[in-house]
Amino acid sequence: MRYIHGFRDGAAAAALAARIAAAADPAREYHLMEFCGGHTHAIFRYGVQNLLPRNVRLVHGPGCPVCVLATPRLDAAIALAGRANVTFLSYGDMLRVPASKRRSLLEARALGADVRMVYSALETLEVAAANPGREVIFFAIGFETTTPATAHLILEAQRLELKNLSVYCNHVVTPAAIQSILDAPGTRRWDSVRIDGFIGPSHVSAVIGSRPYEAFAAEHRKPVVIAGFEPLDVMQAVDMLVRQLNEGRASIENQFTRGVTRDGNRTAQALMGEVFELRTEFEWRGLGVLAAGGVRIRSKYSAFDAENRFQIKFGTVRENAACQCPSIIRGVKKPADCTIFGTVCTPRNPIGSCMVSAEGVCAAYYKYGRRAMSTAGELKPA
Amino acid sequence: MCLAIPVRVTAILDSGWAETDIGGVVTRVSTALVDEPAVGDYLIVHAGFAITRLNVVEAEKTLALFAEIAAHYQRAGVALYPRLS
Repeated sequence: MRYIHGFRDGAAAAALAARIAAAADPAREYHLMEFCGGHTHAIFRYGVQNLLPRNVRLVHGPGCPVCVLATPRLDAAIALAGRANVTFLSYGDMLRVPASKRRSLLEARALGADVRMVYSALETLEVAAANPGREVIFFAIGFETTTPATAHLILEAQRLELKNLSVYCNHVVTPAAIQSILDAPGTRRWDSVRIDGFIGPSHVSAVIGSRPYEAFAAEHRKPVVIAGFEPLDVMQAVDMLVRQLNEGRASIENQFTRGVTRDGNRTAQALMGEVFELRTEFEWRGLGVLAAGGVRIRSKYSAFDAENRFQIKFGTVRENAACQCPSIIRGVKKPADCTIFGTVCTPRNPIGSCMVSAEGVCAAYYKYGRRAMSTAGELKPA
Repeated sequence: MCLAIPVRVTAILDSGWAETDIGGVVTRVSTALVDEPAVGDYLIVHAGFAITRLNVVEAEKTLALFAEIAAHYQRAGVALYPRLS
């Protein structure tokens, strides 16, 4: 497909690399955070960091909903799935993720729970209609890319009068997370982490538009370039950020013009607004409790809210003390700064949030062989 | 998680669904979030839902810009071998 492979062209990547190298001022450093796990993955998969001058550094952010789901909420999901007469539907990403005591949804299934993987939230409708005697619960996770789908599911369930369908809502919101990184004391102290600009998420922005980022650019004087997920998209975004920083500008620019507008998808926003409301606070694994960090189902749809219907209680979980994920997803540390990275904590046996999902920072470092890379971004001698 | 792929609409099915093609793979996607897609349109699909249209004019502009940058550096004779670290 032209609109995928066209954005992976090697000659254009090399030319963009030359263009960035020519623009980057050797006398200064550029620390650019890609918020989204999809970007992190593209950067590693295509070796984008190696195409950039040494003073242009990519800092990896927290944008992976699988990674940031708080462990007590995953524990509750596993408990829900294990109830009698429950069919529990989840996106494939969540099945392997270990909760406390190393349990997972996949393990729950092995122990007899009816856990099923779905590609689309709407498959829940078919399962609920086909199994009227069972409680069918959809495990809703994701950023604003996925939230409208869940909203549509709830409205359809209401229209079809499916009384046995409910949604366990764990949707998170992007602006709160960016705000948290910008507000963290670490970001303001020059010696811990420095972020000069952001590469913004493309598909989240296709829904919410570029307008929500305008506040960050104005308040924190940080440029944001919304970029697609293909390697040329990321490189062009880096080029645009370097030029903005050189000119001393902090604007919202849009590289992903083929999918993002300033207003975003109004239909999707209206659906989200109809069904969901912001929670006062929501816990993110690794980032802690964020003000307005997630959404919940409005009370008029509470019949479809699994948290209500099953009176879910959340426990407390202590994370492994050696795990550096909270610093890693803020961009303060690199995986190699963590003593358990690649030894105790591996993709097969993940301890922290950055390793649990394939899109996590540690998982990307592990998969693409950057185990030896230190904070300075240099390869350690073997 | 938020990965989405461009697909081409091959048929409009009833009540908010479309049949789409991605490199020969034909799949059904929900068009509840986009207004009146037509056959031949490109959509960006995430988890079974078209989240927006792919603006073909803008996509072509971006591709043309990449081609122009590549051609410019090739003409200028800049060695396009990036530093390997």
